[in-house]
Amino acid sequence: MAERSFAKEVQKLKIGEGETFSGEGILALTKALLEAGVGYVGGYQGAPISHLMDVLADAEEILTELGVRYEANASEAAAAAMLAASVHYPIRGAVTFKGPVGVNVASDALANLSSSGVTGGALVIIGEDYGEGSSIMQERSHAFAMKSQMWLLDPRPNLPSIVKSVHQGFELSEASNTPVMLMVRIRSCHVTGSFEARDNKRPPFTVKDALATPRSDYARVVLPPMSYLQEHDKINNRWPAAQKHIVENKLNEMFGPKEAPVGIVLQGGMYNGVIRALQRLGLADIHGETDVPLYVLNVTYPLVNDEFFEFCEGKSAVLVVEEGQPEFIEQALGAALYKSGRNISLHGKDMLPMAGEYTGQVMLDGLEAFLRKAAPEMLPARLRAPNSEEKPALPDLSKTVPIRPPGFCTGCPERPIFAAIKLTEQEFGKHQIAGDIGCHLFATLPPFEIGGSTMGYGLGPASNAAFDGGGEKRSISILGDGGFWHNGLSSSIGNAVYNKSDGVIVVVDNFYSAATGGQDVLSSRADNPTKATGHPIADAVKGVGVKWVRQLDRTYDVPKMREILKEALTTDHVGPKVIVASSECMLNKQRREKPLMNKAIKEGRRVEKPRFGVDEDICTGDHACIRLSGCPSLSLKKLDDPLRDDPVASIDQSCVGCGNCGEVADAAVLCPSFFRAEVVHNPGWLERKLGNLRSKTIAWLQDRRSSTRIEFART
Amino acid sequence: MATTTLSELKPRQPDLALDQIIKVAIMAVGGQGGGVLTNWVEDCAHRNGYVVQATSVAGVAQRTGATIYYMEMAPASDRKPVFSLMPAAGDVDILVAAEMMEAGRAIMRGFVTPDRTTLIASSHRALAVSEKMVPGDGIADSEEVIAAAEIAAQRFIAFDMEKMAVDAGSMISASLFGALAGSGALPFERESFEAAIKASGRGVEASLRAFAAGFEAAAGGLVERPQWGQTKSDTANAPRGPSHLVEKWQALEARTEALPDNVRDMALTGLRAVVDFQDLDYGAEYLDRLDQVLDHDDPGKDYELTLEAAKYIAKAMAYDDVFRVADLKTRGSRFARVRNEISPAEGTQMKLTEFMHPRAEEVVGIMPSKLGRRLSASEKSMRLIDRLVNKGRRLRTDRLLPFAQLYILGGLRKYRRGTLRHAIEKEHMERWLEQALNYRKLDYALGVEALRNRRLVKGYSDTHARGLSKFDRVMEGVALLAGRDDAAHWCKLLREAALADEKGDQLEGALKTVRSFAGQPETALQN
Repeated sequence: MAERSFAKEVQKLKIGEGETFSGEGILALTKALLEAGVGYVGGYQGAPISHLMDVLADAEEILTELGVRYEANASEAAAAAMLAASVHYPIRGAVTFKGPVGVNVASDALANLSSSGVTGGALVIIGEDYGEGSSIMQERSHAFAMKSQMWLLDPRPNLPSIVKSVHQGFELSEASNTPVMLMVRIRSCHVTGSFEARDNKRPPFTVKDALATPRSDYARVVLPPMSYLQEHDKINNRWPAAQKHIVENKLNEMFGPKEAPVGIVLQGGMYNGVIRALQRLGLADIHGETDVPLYVLNVTYPLVNDEFFEFCEGKSAVLVVEEGQPEFIEQALGAALYKSGRNISLHGKDMLPMAGEYTGQVMLDGLEAFLRKAAPEMLPARLRAPNSEEKPALPDLSKTVPIRPPGFCTGCPERPIFAAIKLTEQEFGKHQIAGDIGCHLFATLPPFEIGGSTMGYGLGPASNAAFDGGGEKRSISILGDGGFWHNGLSSSIGNAVYNKSDGVIVVVDNFYSAATGGQDVLSSRADNPTKATGHPIADAVKGVGVKWVRQLDRTYDVPKMREILKEALTTDHVGPKVIVASSECMLNKQRREKPLMNKAIKEGRRVEKPRFGVDEDICTGDHACIRLSGCPSLSLKKLDDPLRDDPVASIDQSCVGCGNCGEVADAAVLCPSFFRAEVVHNPGWLERKLGNLRSKTIAWLQDRRSSTRIEFART
Repeated sequence: MATTTLSELKPRQPDLALDQIIKVAIMAVGGQGGGVLTNWVEDCAHRNGYVVQATSVAGVAQRTGATIYYMEMAPASDRKPVFSLMPAAGDVDILVAAEMMEAGRAIMRGFVTPDRTTLIASSHRALAVSEKMVPGDGIADSEEVIAAAEIAAQRFIAFDMEKMAVDAGSMISASLFGALAGSGALPFERESFEAAIKASGRGVEASLRAFAAGFEAAAGGLVERPQWGQTKSDTANAPRGPSHLVEKWQALEARTEALPDNVRDMALTGLRAVVDFQDLDYGAEYLDRLDQVLDHDDPGKDYELTLEAAKYIAKAMAYDDVFRVADLKTRGSRFARVRNEISPAEGTQMKLTEFMHPRAEEVVGIMPSKLGRRLSASEKSMRLIDRLVNKGRRLRTDRLLPFAQLYILGGLRKYRRGTLRHAIEKEHMERWLEQALNYRKLDYALGVEALRNRRLVKGYSDTHARGLSKFDRVMEGVALLAGRDDAAHWCKLLREAALADEKGDQLEGALKTVRSFAGQPETALQN
């Protein structure tokens, strides 16, 4: 079950012609797919398109009704491979994953798909994870479009434009027999807005029809000599066909006056940012009517030189607004201008930074710099000769405000695993540790600081392969259940078995692909009506030949985890040592259990609710517990006691009583400050009587002692 | 370069409609309900005939990281406006910060400017890991953010919206929404805000309560400082107990009258702590020690030495041993505090589990000092004892038997003066006091700093050992420094370095520096 449910929102997908759809970008994309008569959809979750996968999953019923096949693919590679259905059959297919890492994983299939070419429209919706809020290395998916000759759409970030580009993408794909990538940036996925809906369309030719009438044509298979022909086909036929389609259907847009001394060429995704900068420069109105002509590339690959030259006509300078590096578009346009012998200045990365997100300030500075140079008379007088605007001197907060990277949630079952590893390291010294993609990568941050690399999804153990031969201290690698099923079983576990790795592999099994929003995976324990779950990781690991496997079913048992780790690090066993540490993701567990618990309490059934606390008199304010935890609910408070210099630990009401505090205090022999309080709702008759008797006796003892000594009433 | 081209176009007049765009940024910590708040604002704006665009960055930011939600809105017309998808420096009208340091982050990023920005911030703190893990006090100073906010914002509203929400049984998103409405920064009526909450359907009653509280406070333009601590010392001042003991206490209290004015409060606090720890005689001992320090003090220095001694002698005398922990855990006042914190509903029962992990050291510590010393000298006996006792013990103190165990242990504190641990602590304290008083003769300020170094001794087991070792190392550094003009200053730096990280890396660095110049004749004194 995913973290966010779209069960309510997907009902909006059913609306038809004449109605207005309003909602988030990802929902609009799904609606557009249905309107375009898509025959099959799939993908792999990951920010910023995780929610698109969740929407598709929640909309499965609606999809099935329309005859659309939905597949939650095992990886981006699997998703891209699924587009093979559009190679021979006139079926529109769409898959989604994040870029560029998802595209990296999918690139083998994408390259083959591009070489084969397609009959039905094939659309890859890429959530470009770039800039603020990104969780990955900063690269561009653009390069993949160029190397494989796929077309790349980058629509303006508003709902009508995004929806239109889905239709245009399929049409372009079919007109040029080429798969198309549709790129949406982080914020466009979640931007809200509205558009005029159309009726949903049943696919004219479904995947079931295809199964009934199979086709094949070896000219489409990537094998010599056909692959050589396919390359020529790309260049001689598909490319010109695409360019023709782009021009004829006006996929790219032009705004502003025809006559002007300068102009701006921009990626569609940059449109709102450019308009805002122009608005702030007094060169555009609230509706985006601009004085500076804009050439908006809703298709960023391939470029259409003639269209560009037409835009350049009569201008002395053009600015290219292209986010990220390298500046593929600017290079291509520059080369085109040079070869055509035109005398026009081309600006881009000389005015705007080569690397990093084009935020509001960056865009404003870049456009102003360009206009100041190329058309200063267009700038308002205020900007041409700026009065020294007095800015108040602000105190420097850079040393005050702490950084706040993401971390484990309250009650996360991964925290005790890393507490145990940290304790093990305190005993045996630092180890070579490789991380993987997933929530567990937060362990590389303080307070744990465990692990020094991440090479890719499912590649944690594989990235320790150089150390597989063993040595004085064994290497440790971490792998999540998401990564395990994505790629890890073969690339990491199989690899370790085959190469007789001496390393220790910890598989963090929290029953979901948690980092991407809690989607189910093969080993999930929950019943999923449309997917097969409940396949234990330990079985899979044994199945590929791991002999030393330890299953831990309660990660909060820190001493046990530490013991198993110790055993793994010291055993004589030859071959990889795999520890599967399983406990349910607390975020999901809470979402599942909280309503049930509240219901049970209301119905008068006996329920225990645990919570932890710290005795402030006993805590000395050393914070050793926090250095083994980092739990959001374990915080500090300052006491109104002049004898105390340092704040003491304190647990707030967000505590879910996972037990980590107590286990760690015990395992690390920290201090006796922690206590667990379990509130028993609706206790039985005997329990109540006994409880009252106990508290009365205890209170009597307490009073007795108090009456013989001096005490100061503390509250 | 063709830069001389002249345009036939005249610069256009700025579009006045642009001023109608209201730009709202919400800076929150993952899990604070920023998404809910955004939906409410959006709904409210729709109700008032505005077009709105909202965006957010979900990603990994939702896992306790810092995150931004951003909205733009303008009165609807026949044509759609073009809105930006992200806030820009100097271009935000309303900045809602769901936590004090996030307000600071917003200021740093330039989102708060005096010409236009209303800054609405919750004054509570959600501490970052980097603040919490420092062995000393690593909590960032909210006052600095408030000072910056007062300059940076056109209007600044701050109060504890987290507490307000919790008190109302709701989430901070509701009180923030109330504060946003109450600030009047959005041109909408209160009813339309409340209608948005009602339409969202879940936990409406509680949300409306939190909303109302936020609304009232913000309408009053409140700026409230972050507040810490719930323990009010004045309520703890009254002694309770049998009258003959109270009389005796009053005699001790009277003794503090003779102390200098500025020392008296601290001395009373210290006195209470040591009497609470042991008994009234122990309190008298404390005052004797204090008098001893007072004899060496200098009225010209405002009795700073005695003041620090009053604090740290009390802390040294009231160390944490097994008796102490057992006593504190079994007190009625402690049970009441736990009950107050957990606030179990009517008709429920509460189980209470303590996490104890005794080691041989603790067991030997409560033995008579001679026996204890002999045992701790023998590695074999220590190993044996460790094997017997060293394991995690969970005691259910709501049950009679485990409670009785701790209760009896707590009662044994009567015999504390004869234990090994007491002997060790006393020895350590006396040596420290002696050293400090010796330094005082040489350099008053250094004497004071040497007293303050006692702050480093804290924690249990390994942590305690580490604290002691840091204390020793700082005192070694002080020995090198004694006699220099800047000795007190360096002593303070050493102590701060010791508190900055767990392992003492910074302390090691600082000591290296000290060794590089101290102990050698007048080298580093030039600067």
